[in-house]
Amino acid sequence: MTMDDSPASLRGLRLRWGWMTVMLAVLLAAMVAGITIGPAGISAGQVVAELVGAGLAGRPSTLSGIQQAIIWEIRLPRVVLGGLVGCLLALAGASYQGVFRNPLADPYLLGVAAGGGLGATVVIALVPGAAATMMPIAAFVGALVAVALTYTVGRSMGGRSAVSLILAGVAVAAFFTAIQTYIMQTNADTIRQVYSWILGLLATTGWSEVLVLVPYAIVCGIGLLLHRRLLDVMSVGDEEVDSLGVSATRVRITVVIFSTLATAAAVAVSGLIGFVGIVIPHTVRLVIGVSYRSLIPVSMIAGAAFLILADLVARTVASPAELPIGVITAFVGAPFFLIVLRTTRRYVM
Amino acid sequence: MSVEVRSLTVSYLPGVPVLADLDLEVATGEWLGLLGPNGAGKSTLLKAIAGLVRHSGSVELLGTDSTSTPRRARARAVAFVPQEPMIPLEMTVTEYVLLGRTPHLSYLGREGRRDFKAASSALDLLDLGCFAGRKMSELSGGERRRVVLARAIAQEANILLLDEPTGGLDIGQGQKALGLISYLRSERPMTIITAMHDLTLAGRFADRLVMMAGGRIIVAGSAAHVLTANYIRDFYQADVEVVRVNGGLAIVPVRNGSQ
Repeated sequence: MTMDDSPASLRGLRLRWGWMTVMLAVLLAAMVAGITIGPAGISAGQVVAELVGAGLAGRPSTLSGIQQAIIWEIRLPRVVLGGLVGCLLALAGASYQGVFRNPLADPYLLGVAAGGGLGATVVIALVPGAAATMMPIAAFVGALVAVALTYTVGRSMGGRSAVSLILAGVAVAAFFTAIQTYIMQTNADTIRQVYSWILGLLATTGWSEVLVLVPYAIVCGIGLLLHRRLLDVMSVGDEEVDSLGVSATRVRITVVIFSTLATAAAVAVSGLIGFVGIVIPHTVRLVIGVSYRSLIPVSMIAGAAFLILADLVARTVASPAELPIGVITAFVGAPFFLIVLRTTRRYVM
Repeated sequence: MSVEVRSLTVSYLPGVPVLADLDLEVATGEWLGLLGPNGAGKSTLLKAIAGLVRHSGSVELLGTDSTSTPRRARARAVAFVPQEPMIPLEMTVTEYVLLGRTPHLSYLGREGRRDFKAASSALDLLDLGCFAGRKMSELSGGERRRVVLARAIAQEANILLLDEPTGGLDIGQGQKALGLISYLRSERPMTIITAMHDLTLAGRFADRLVMMAGGRIIVAGSAAHVLTANYIRDFYQADVEVVRVNGGLAIVPVRNGSQ
């Protein structure tokens, strides 16, 4: 046999360009839908003409000033923010699953989001004048403490069991949430701001949140994309990874830091949005296979498209009122999580 | 010498050595069989040689001190197959075998033509080419063992450490697994150390046997020297008869009290 005449055997090693293209098309469609749908009465054709013609080609816009402002200053930043948050949460979920060898790992279920939430709440409530750029850093510290606690408690409870890690995550999340609630109650003037943020929101004030998030997205995206092959290596267990000349601990710490940073940055700008990190990688895995070489990039694109569409539902389903996006992702994600939980026994843990 | 171990001591708990002041030499190209009851320290010895457990004393691999050798260079010298490898069931056979190329890649590197060729020839060597595109979940226990061995072969290490290579296999599959290892040795220059429970098979295949108990080497030498009813009674608490069959030894269990 040569490698060239056995394409099936190598399918996991090659980037699945076909699926990448399909997902990019879905993402573009989701973006156009996200910018188009709403009370302003702008058609999809006008949106595409504005983005491509005026935005990319530099031709004069055919829209009114208000319509241009709606597209460029309200809807596009919100869609881009949703895409970035979805991309980061799906990326973090897939990476946690690989590095913990646990199909249930998810930024929300591991308590990482709660840790990030606590960090961000501390900033909102106790340092009200702090710059928005402080939020991701505070969230990162909280998230890192949470994931370290979850991993330590989970290991002490049940070794490699998938469920024990999640139970530890639930306990850690409950603890962090309790502290967060206490801080909120003792800082009543900021309670509304924190509360609306907890439920997850993508309301933006122009491009500022996007600009906060972009550097984190670039760093975490590149960092984790470079670890795709090593996430495949991690699937054989720590001892065998070490015997293959790679420090499993080093890979785990590096990937956890990048994933936690991605989660914290997403949480800091959008609040707690659950289940994206479990729904997207699992769905992608069912379609393209288990290799992280393709799973990571395809999940990033799929996560972006998913959250843009979830946000679209959140702001249109009860219009003119707006539902928190976390409610929409939980509606989809919670049943999905139960299905994954039921099938977890199939996995070698 | 391929492997030279001096005053090796390993403790998982303070003051409770699993290996105690152990010395061992394995010549280049030799097949050494490690024997001993459960808890004798066979697996720990293999892991210490592979650099997977903390130890005191020295382990030299191909004349170089193991502890001062970088992890990746060490993995290019020694391939280790554990007793119960963790198998990613959804991976294809080729993807799994290519993991054996990890020590030849930089930390963030990717496989190249040479790596695909090495994986391909490992599959060919073990007659697994027809399984290349199959998922690991679709293979039988014996086939998976062969694929794990192929991963170790793809590692292109000169020293191969196998913990219970016949574990979980029926008598035929076990015989085939050891036959394969023997065949590999005839194809490539390799030093092989296997920890084994099947004394008869160990006596048939290994060049030299080492009997361990309580973290120490009790006796070492040829099968005829090590596989005696007395040693087996003393260290395994088993009543056996050792009979000579077709130029080799067979260990035959005897019912207690009927000898």
